[in-house]
Amino acid sequence: MYPYYETDWSVLPPELNRRFNPAFNMATIKQVVNEAIERVRMPTPMRLRDLIRQIRAARTAAEERSVVNKECAYIRSTFREEDSAWRCRNIAKLLYIHMLGYPAHFGQLECLKLIASSRFTDKRIGYLGAMLLLDERQDVHVLITNSLKNDLNSTTQFVVGLALCTLGAIASPEMAKDLAGEIERLLKSPNAYVRKKAALCAFRIIKKVPELMEIFLPATRSLLSEKNHGVLITGVTLITEMCEFSPDTLNHFKKVVPNLVRILKNLILAGYSPDHDVSGISDPFLQVKILKLLRVLGRNDADASEAMNDILAQVATNTETSKNVGNTILYETVLSIMDIKSESGLRVLAVNILGRFLLNNDKNIRYVALNTLLRTVHVDNSAVQRHRSTILECLKDPDVSIRRRAMELSFALVNSQNIRTMMKELVTFLEKADAEFKAHCSSNIVLAAERFAPNKRWHLDTLLKVLCGAGNYIRDDVIASTIQLISESTNQQSYMSLQLYKALSQDLMDKQPLTQVAIWAIGEYGDLLLQAEVDDDGTPAPTEKEVIEIYQRVLWSPQNTSTTKQYALMSLTKLSTRFQNTTDKIQQIISSFCSSLHIELQQRGVEYSQLFGKYTHLRASLLERMPPMELIRQSENKANGEVESELRSEESSPQHNNMKNDSNILLDLLGASDPLDSNIQSNTLISQQTGTINNQNLLDLLGDLDTVIPSVPTVDSGIGLISENNNGSLPILNNQNSIFLSEDLLSSNRVNENDVPTILAYDKDGLEILFTLEKIPDSNMLSINVTATNNTLSMMTDFLFEAAVPKTFRFNILPPSGTVIKPNGQISQILKITNPNKATLRMRMRISYSVDGNSVQDHTEVNNFPSDIWV
Amino acid sequence: MMQFMLLFSRQGKLRLQKWYVAHPDKLKKKITRELITTILVRKPKMCSFLEWRDLKIVYKRYASLYFCCAIEQDDNELLTLEIVHRYVELLDKYFGSVCELDIIFNFEKAYFILDELLLGGEIQETSKKIVLKAIAAQDLLQEEETPQGFFDDHGLG
Repeated sequence: MYPYYETDWSVLPPELNRRFNPAFNMATIKQVVNEAIERVRMPTPMRLRDLIRQIRAARTAAEERSVVNKECAYIRSTFREEDSAWRCRNIAKLLYIHMLGYPAHFGQLECLKLIASSRFTDKRIGYLGAMLLLDERQDVHVLITNSLKNDLNSTTQFVVGLALCTLGAIASPEMAKDLAGEIERLLKSPNAYVRKKAALCAFRIIKKVPELMEIFLPATRSLLSEKNHGVLITGVTLITEMCEFSPDTLNHFKKVVPNLVRILKNLILAGYSPDHDVSGISDPFLQVKILKLLRVLGRNDADASEAMNDILAQVATNTETSKNVGNTILYETVLSIMDIKSESGLRVLAVNILGRFLLNNDKNIRYVALNTLLRTVHVDNSAVQRHRSTILECLKDPDVSIRRRAMELSFALVNSQNIRTMMKELVTFLEKADAEFKAHCSSNIVLAAERFAPNKRWHLDTLLKVLCGAGNYIRDDVIASTIQLISESTNQQSYMSLQLYKALSQDLMDKQPLTQVAIWAIGEYGDLLLQAEVDDDGTPAPTEKEVIEIYQRVLWSPQNTSTTKQYALMSLTKLSTRFQNTTDKIQQIISSFCSSLHIELQQRGVEYSQLFGKYTHLRASLLERMPPMELIRQSENKANGEVESELRSEESSPQHNNMKNDSNILLDLLGASDPLDSNIQSNTLISQQTGTINNQNLLDLLGDLDTVIPSVPTVDSGIGLISENNNGSLPILNNQNSIFLSEDLLSSNRVNENDVPTILAYDKDGLEILFTLEKIPDSNMLSINVTATNNTLSMMTDFLFEAAVPKTFRFNILPPSGTVIKPNGQISQILKITNPNKATLRMRMRISYSVDGNSVQDHTEVNNFPSDIWV
Repeated sequence: MMQFMLLFSRQGKLRLQKWYVAHPDKLKKKITRELITTILVRKPKMCSFLEWRDLKIVYKRYASLYFCCAIEQDDNELLTLEIVHRYVELLDKYFGSVCELDIIFNFEKAYFILDELLLGGEIQETSKKIVLKAIAAQDLLQEEETPQGFFDDHGLG
């Protein structure tokens, strides 16, 4: 087809013919059209700063998303069309978009293309993109390794620099192996700019592939004879890394100690050098690195330590400390002094520096000092003790992190000499502390008191103060151990019940744990309370009526938890045998709970009322005082081991043996009916003890009964009958019923299998998790008893065990017996798994807990379930 | 060794991220979010250090920007504060009294400066002059490559 002007016929001469244009020939038209198409197809890409402006102008997240999506679509299309002119700009924009959190992986290959370009601008952006978008896990290694190799051989130092920088950031083991030779060559380059970067690349390569260290050794040594600080500092860093990896290299570099000492001395003595000065101190960065290397070299080496004693003392005394820089160096010096075999005078100097840090205005420095003292307190306790008062002063610091550190350090300093003064401060701290501290602090006070208490009276007083000070933030274990201690110290019981009575008569709405302990003690020792001597404050013993009034207040107050009220009901029932004149009143109160809306309280009301009616002859012996609960925590672990091994050897369970010794046939029956047999091995110990002390006692029988309930925390077993664990209380009561009515005692028995398989599912960082498997006969159901044991010396809190099984299984996880595991303590939890298809069982589990304020999370898979379990 | 450095604004917007350890993108985002929220709620009178997983977090606020570094257990946290301060000084010298907008619009320059100060998570140069000289020389290389007059349209713009 012809353009229309050619077919247009005109009689006019060309110059008069306005429709004729000499430029309108085929060639020009084609060019114009092509250009126009090109313009539409490929407009000049938006500039980086315009994109940033547009994104910043977006008022909503949706608007921003649409701008970004449009631009990403455009950038993708340019990548597809291999547009190399604008690649650099497009990658720069993509990097900005990436920082905003949008996906940018499609730019990875384009970065590699930029790197391969000959333009420096392209390389600069390309390497930046590679560092941001790629890392050592990407599979574009071969490509980037080739480009890096090329650029490492470039004649432009900055191109070499870019390549080294990228290698330092994203080197994978493969890249490290491929390029180690190049780096070794560059380590000897005459150019300092290249040499310092090569040294850090070697550092990274050794981190990735320690075996490659050998090839760098010869070139490294000479780095220390440099004048250039960049090369020096990178050299020192490289040597430090090498020494950490291999003892041979460590010995090899022992001989550079004098060189390092000389460099450090020059730095200290050198006058002002504007290039490396930081507020009056000459190159603190280099000083710190050298101090760190000295520490590595001097560790466990008397000779090397001897060679650096002088310089360390010099640095420690000569460094100007008005600014953060000076303290940075002092801090590093202290760390080195503590770590090497330094003179004792030097160590004292170091601890004194930390003591001075504690008085510094800068909170960062105070924090660092506490942290370091915490680390050295176990080595040099007496030196740290000298700063005790300053440390205690830090408990009042406005900065919460400092208070936390000070608290930890204070607990580390407690010993039998200073327990009284330390505890006074710590209890004051506890009373004023933020909620987040109270749980941790109270548990620690209890532990410290347990270890160092000068006498029972003081110990009990301290526990009482903790209960008052920490209110509702107290962990359950404190309640248990207080009750245990009161029960154990027979001659303090009357004093304690009076003190607790005093505390109880004040307002205690926000102190449930204290209320519970007080109620327990009054219920148990009500008769002693009435005869208590007038105490130091001149408070006389209360009358029966006054006590009952307090119970009424506790029971009717809507602020008290139902757990507290359950304690109160049990305790009140006990008082009915301890008090002479108020039994009617007590009976009246208890029977009023027969119609309580709360099902637990109602159940108790009904049951205890029975003790005043049909079974009144049982009441006195049933409610007799609990025997003293001996401290069992220390021996528990060992005993567990024994019990377990016996269990495994398929002998009849030791609990049977033990109980057969007791002539109490009821007990024996109950023992055999234990539905979960070995899951509470530790409890056998409790039953042994209580059992032998007074095995004819019906009350004792109840005590034993409740120990076989899996959800009662083992340490709590002492509170036995009135154990208030919500999960636990129901089965207890069921069992009580079965005794009271003594009918269907055997009906709920389950077959007891002795050859119970156990699996060690987890054993890490002192936490041990043991699975005890029990197949429920004639069903597809497997019951797994999970026992978590804390083998560390610290308290584990917020313990959470989660598990998952393949979909073909049905899975039910019951609540755990607690969330706090004491040192050497245990908690247990039951999983029920139904396997209709008889598939192989696999289980994934996740464990999380906090220890010393750090939260730990871990997951693992258990695959070693015995395959014949389902048969 | 420093494991990563993050720069973010008071509004919690990430302005710069430098990772010296390899993590999947998802994890990087999670870590970033977690740290930003943790640090932003801390009060000014609290100290600059946090214990986080097995790392130490050192952060410091300069005007509207937070500089946050993750270092290993045996690293010196006070020195890390000095490194951050050195980086801020360098940015300040390069941009001439630096502000957040400079870093937003010239983020690549901020990366280039950081890469001349640190390499592989360790400090590589302790002289401010040498760092700035290296950056200036590289900027010059870039300028020479760009055709005159077309600068606006051909550079990164």
